[in-house]
Amino acid sequence: MRLLLIHTILAAFVAYFAFQHPITSGVPYTAISATLLFAAVMGTLWLSTYFYRRTYFRKLPKLLYFILFFIKELLVANLKIAYDIITPRFRIQPTVMAFPLTVKTDLEISLLANLLGLTPGTLSIDVSEDRTTLYVHTLYLKHGNLESLKQHIKNGYERRILELTA
Amino acid sequence: METSIDWELVREIASCVFILSGAGFMLIASIGLLRFPDFYIRMSAITKGSTLGLGLILMGMAIYFNQPGILLKVLVIIAFTYITAPVAAHVIGRTAVQNGIAFWEKTNLKEFREYLTKHRLERQINQDRYTEEAPVTMEKDGGAGDVAGKV
Repeated sequence: MRLLLIHTILAAFVAYFAFQHPITSGVPYTAISATLLFAAVMGTLWLSTYFYRRTYFRKLPKLLYFILFFIKELLVANLKIAYDIITPRFRIQPTVMAFPLTVKTDLEISLLANLLGLTPGTLSIDVSEDRTTLYVHTLYLKHGNLESLKQHIKNGYERRILELTA
Repeated sequence: METSIDWELVREIASCVFILSGAGFMLIASIGLLRFPDFYIRMSAITKGSTLGLGLILMGMAIYFNQPGILLKVLVIIAFTYITAPVAAHVIGRTAVQNGIAFWEKTNLKEFREYLTKHRLERQINQDRYTEEAPVTMEKDGGAGDVAGKV
C-alpha cells in the first residue's frame, strides 16, 4: 500500500518534470503523452518490485483488474436501472438480505460496504454487532434467486478484496 | 495519401458523448426519484445515477481540455466523490431504518426481520407512516398496503 503510494507520486513527478526538460521539447505536453509516460514509469517500477517485493508484484494486476471489473459492474447496473426508470413497468424485486461476511477487519468491511453502496440497486444498511452479517437493500436479484446474488457478491467482490488485503 | 485525422474534432466529439451521457444519466436518475415507490429505492436510484453522471461529465471535460493538470484534478475529484457518496447513502439509509420509515409493500423483508426485532423497530415500521400522513403518494400502487402482513 505504501509502496503503491510512493510509486504513484514518483511517477507523477517524473511525468511532470520530464516535459520541462529541453530533450522533450518536440513532444507535445498533453494529457495523453503525460499519461503514457506515467504508465511507463509505473510499469518499470512495478517490474523492478519482482526482485524485492513479490506480493506487490502480484497484487497490482489484480487491483487493476478489480477496478475494471468494478467499472463494468457500475455501468451495467446503471443501464439496468435507467432502463427500468424510462420504461413504464417496474421489474424491480426489492429485498433486504442478510449477507454473511467472510471479511473480518474494519478496512475490509468498510471497503465492501462502500463498493456495494456504489453499485446501483444495492444499498448497505447496517452491520450486525458481532460483525458477521451485512444487511443490504437490493433491487435486482440475479436470475430471480437470492442465493445466486449472494454468490455473485461473494465471488465478485469479497474474494477480490480478500486477495488484495491479505 | 490524404488521411490526416482532425484530432481536435475527434476529441470534441468524444467529450460531447461523455458529457451528454453523463447528463442523461443524471436526468434519468432524477426521473427515477419521482417514479419509484419508496424512500430506499429512490435513494438507490438518485445517489448512484448522479455519481456516475458526475464522473462521466468530468471525464468529458478532461478529454476536451487535454491537459495533464486538469486530468489529474478530475481524477482526484472523481476518486473523492466515489469514496464519499456511498458513505452518505449508507448513513441516510441507516437513519431511515432506525426512524422507522416504511418499506415498499412488495419488499421482501424475510431476512431483515431478525434485525428489526432486535432493535425493537418492528412496531414502528409496521405502523405504516405513509398511510397515516401522506396517503396520496402511494395510491398508484394501491396504497402503502399491509406491510405488517408481508413482514
